[in-house]
Amino acid sequence: MLLLVQYTLIFSSVLLLVALGGCISEHSGIINLGLEGIMVIGALGGALVMSRFSTLPPAMMVILAMLAAIVLGMLYSCLLGIAAIHFKADQTLIGTAMNLLATAAATVFVKAMNTAANPDNHSSEIEYVAARKMFIVNINGFEFNWFMPLAIIVVILVYLFLYKNKLGLRLMACGEHPQAADSVGINVYKTRWMGVLISGALAGLGGLCYILAGVSLWKFENGVAGFGFLALAVMIFGQWKPFRIALAALLFGFFRALSNVYTGFDFLAALNLPSTVYNMLPYIISLIVLIFFSKNSAAPKAEGIPYDKGSR
Amino acid sequence: MKNLLKRQGVQSFIASIICILLGLFIGYIVLLFINPQGAGQSIVDVVRNFFTWSRPQQQLKQFGNTLAKTIPLIMCSLSILFSYKVGLFNIGAAGQYVAGACASLYAALAWGWGWLPCMLFAVVASSLLGAIVGILKSYRNVNEVISGIMLNWIALYTTNTVLSNVKETASPYTMYLNKVNPSALLPTMGLDQLFNKNSYVTIAVPLALIIAIVVAVLLTKTKFGYELRATGMNKNAARYAGMAENRNIILTLMISGALAGLGASMLYQTGYMRWECTQSSVPAMGFNGIAAAFLGGLNPIGAIFSSFFIQHITDGGQYVNTNYYSSQISDVISSVIIYLCGFVLFIKLSMNRMIRRSEEKKGVKK
Repeated sequence: MLLLVQYTLIFSSVLLLVALGGCISEHSGIINLGLEGIMVIGALGGALVMSRFSTLPPAMMVILAMLAAIVLGMLYSCLLGIAAIHFKADQTLIGTAMNLLATAAATVFVKAMNTAANPDNHSSEIEYVAARKMFIVNINGFEFNWFMPLAIIVVILVYLFLYKNKLGLRLMACGEHPQAADSVGINVYKTRWMGVLISGALAGLGGLCYILAGVSLWKFENGVAGFGFLALAVMIFGQWKPFRIALAALLFGFFRALSNVYTGFDFLAALNLPSTVYNMLPYIISLIVLIFFSKNSAAPKAEGIPYDKGSR
Repeated sequence: MKNLLKRQGVQSFIASIICILLGLFIGYIVLLFINPQGAGQSIVDVVRNFFTWSRPQQQLKQFGNTLAKTIPLIMCSLSILFSYKVGLFNIGAAGQYVAGACASLYAALAWGWGWLPCMLFAVVASSLLGAIVGILKSYRNVNEVISGIMLNWIALYTTNTVLSNVKETASPYTMYLNKVNPSALLPTMGLDQLFNKNSYVTIAVPLALIIAIVVAVLLTKTKFGYELRATGMNKNAARYAGMAENRNIILTLMISGALAGLGASMLYQTGYMRWECTQSSVPAMGFNGIAAAFLGGLNPIGAIFSSFFIQHITDGGQYVNTNYYSSQISDVISSVIIYLCGFVLFIKLSMNRMIRRSEEKKGVKK
């Protein structure tokens, strides 16, 4: 039971961080389908720091790993920014390309690094046993992870940013009606860049959180198993509003956690369902949720449409 | 010369070549970054693929292998471009491909069906999966990209479970088709003789080419194709003109799914590959189809050549010097190419601008 709570909280934190990233980007008018890829790159940044600097004092190491994930996530999201804001590229296509590129590039990079260190090692794995312990406080068997409070703080910050702040309100204007925003002196290009970069930072952080959730070794060939897209479903279910997204993330996190711990529950084990059913569960639930919550969607009006100064 | 440059097809071709060259160049930079010594040789090996073999016989055989894998890629890229013409981004093609593999292999191994029924069964299964995406899109306004991704994973796990019933006891792979049910193998019609007795080159090759032509004709020369494209351009205008836009969306995704599923049966029924029942990621074929579709300028005939190119460099990846590099470098190159395809619109715009400028200059001189 404790384990279920623990996994629910940690997976919810991942989904929450990434979904908030997607939310900010969409409010600025850019659909960020590359979240999945940004997560991989952020995870890579964090994992590199964790495997290299595990001798640092814990607080330093934690902050450094998070910073690495944020910075790499932001850098990688520039690929989306350049293409979608300045070159009016198809945002779906660019996002898909970013997802494919991230896994491929991370695999090539990690393999090259491992091979350089040891010519016989052709794996794409990075290990961070010692560093993972620094993120975790063990309370009577419950693994408290620093990402859990962080996710809560981020929700509050995102709420304050979007609704109680000049910049945030301007950002949302650019996603609703960029021409109107432009006419009152808001720089649409700059504002959209802000949205994309923030989403890159949050998704990168989410990626690091994901690889810390249950394991202390990550195989980069596997990417992040559709978590970026689950986060998008969470965002739609949360109707693009921070606190609703938090609740949605808890729900999805719960179903994802079930697949990790279902064997610990007698009544679930007694059902004797194959493990693949539990693996599928988060995706099935999100489909069902989408069926009910997409009809009257509160999506920003101008999302996905490249900004053209000349159009009305 | 100027008139030639103005033509859409020529512009698409030039844009694709630019994307390929830039993609290869970036791949080269990455290799250079990892280890400068063998980078040049390795990137050449990626492009040469089967030509790295010295004996012509061996080259032919490897060429056949690449060809066998090009066929499903052509089908997947047709699937993607067909739906894209109707304004839908069917990223679920990857899952529909998986469904096709599941249906054809299960029918072949468990029920002992012949090759044609197996193939048709794959078409049915994958078009049903496509229909789900279509129904959700048209009646419940669910974004087809997100529902497609969710269904990809659902299809993957379902397939793993279903095909576990027909797998070898000692390995995670499904049983050999040629041992259990040779009648499900696609007929070669003598094509294998052309490729140094490579039995993976089958009837699928001419079939895929014919389907590409059919798709091209369907989209541009028929009333149905016109309706589909009109729906894609403006759903509301299409409805106003009396077209059943919901039906069109669902039909499109069904056809798109059928194409992807047929592609899977065209690969797995050659016996070239077996399904691995412990697979934890969706096969890349559907995603590479996106690369091929866009690289081919979203033209069915262009897709044939771009698919061959993508598969050519994907296979070429295994010839890099594995002491320093890994074969995934080809994935890097093809994903960079997809990324660059996002700029095709911009490339074409600047080409047109250049043409216009030089024409204006001429006008002034006259």
